[in-house]
Amino acid sequence: MVVRISLLALGVLSLMAGSSAADELRPLGKLLLTGGVTSVEGAGGGGLSTWATITGYETRDGIGGNVHGTLVALPDYQFRAYGASVGFYDRIELSYTRQAFDTQGTGAKLGLGKGFTFHQDVLGAKVRVLGDAVYNQDTWVPQVAVGLQYKNVDKAPVIAFLGGQDDKGVDYYVSATKVLLAESVVLNGTVRATKANQTGLLGFGGPGGKDDYTLQFEGSAGVLVSKRLLVGGEYRTKPNNLGLKEDDWWDLFAAYAVNKNLSVTAGYADLGTIATFKGQRGLYLSLQAGF
Amino acid sequence: MLTALIMVAALAAGAPENPNPQHPNEEAVDPYAPSNANAGAKPFEGDTMWKAFHGQAGVDRVVDELVDLSLKDPRIKEIFEAHDMVRLRRTLKEQFCYILNGGCTYSGRDMKSVHKDLGVQNTDFNALVEHLQIAMDHEKIGFRDQNRFLAKLAPMQRHAVER
Repeated sequence: MVVRISLLALGVLSLMAGSSAADELRPLGKLLLTGGVTSVEGAGGGGLSTWATITGYETRDGIGGNVHGTLVALPDYQFRAYGASVGFYDRIELSYTRQAFDTQGTGAKLGLGKGFTFHQDVLGAKVRVLGDAVYNQDTWVPQVAVGLQYKNVDKAPVIAFLGGQDDKGVDYYVSATKVLLAESVVLNGTVRATKANQTGLLGFGGPGGKDDYTLQFEGSAGVLVSKRLLVGGEYRTKPNNLGLKEDDWWDLFAAYAVNKNLSVTAGYADLGTIATFKGQRGLYLSLQAGF
Repeated sequence: MLTALIMVAALAAGAPENPNPQHPNEEAVDPYAPSNANAGAKPFEGDTMWKAFHGQAGVDRVVDELVDLSLKDPRIKEIFEAHDMVRLRRTLKEQFCYILNGGCTYSGRDMKSVHKDLGVQNTDFNALVEHLQIAMDHEKIGFRDQNRFLAKLAPMQRHAVER
């Protein structure tokens, strides 16, 4: 269903690109890297966190889009995600991503079976409500966006066994992004209301009827090293609904724009303890292609 | 061509032979009140940025390449082609010099007036920024100094882009 919707969206886009109306749409108008990269939940942003930037290289006079593939290789698990996102007029962003959390050999130790894999669909929508991260260099006011992410994870019986209240949930967030151009610095802060365990891969809520939203924070800071290269770090707090000592996440990353059609983000991510297995640190790699 | 026509018309009407005595190679412009405030940004302090741009010679090279690249860019050349490039080069050099605290006076019009009815879109504004970045790269201006300068120009988007 979800895949069909995103295919439909792409179909509509290709129709638009082939029509005469497309003459008025101007692609690739944004400056390099200013569309951000794609986060693990499919939204435009950094690696682990969502930003206020609208995906794609379109300006307010066009439409942009991206497909991405992301891998986080951890000692006891593997995280994979792929998806597509579309930015409309640098105002609205729609995204779909499918995440896979592969327990690999650890699945057997957890009694789930070797290679047991959770899959989660994440549908996202984001609207830029004020400001411009890049142009408004004479004011401290950042670019601000609000958004939501509808998440649906499979393996409901396992989620229920862990004490999760639901296999579906919606995150709501507010993001603020600012490029401090005179300092060559990029900052982002996001506040997220969520019930998600491990961003939803282990369901929503916890034992004892724990089903309340909590406010979590995502912070990113980066330095522009060149037009093509942003190097930085991120920190993301998470709730601990399941009582499995869920840790905050952090990473160090380098996002490199080969051109406006291709960018690579590589990093080192520390996802802490996941389902009792400690020290889940490893390589973060994400490829993004688009326009 | 248009210039020639205007000049012919001016001559026929018995107007002065030179419509712009201060800058004889430029077309005449409607009167306006000159002011450094028209430059659209407060200048830097000290001489660090002026030195980073290699003084007037460096600014001249950057502006000339910026204009040359823009005239070759199919995205934006039409916006430039219809206008007086002699005047544009001169006033841009003044504006850059003024903002970089090189001691110049900016004699051009304000950013809103000069972009009026040009139909500049964000894509065009950004294309110009891309050319400026290339020109600054060629002048071997450090990336951080480039960004300090671009931070002064970025808010001009509000006046340059009108649709």
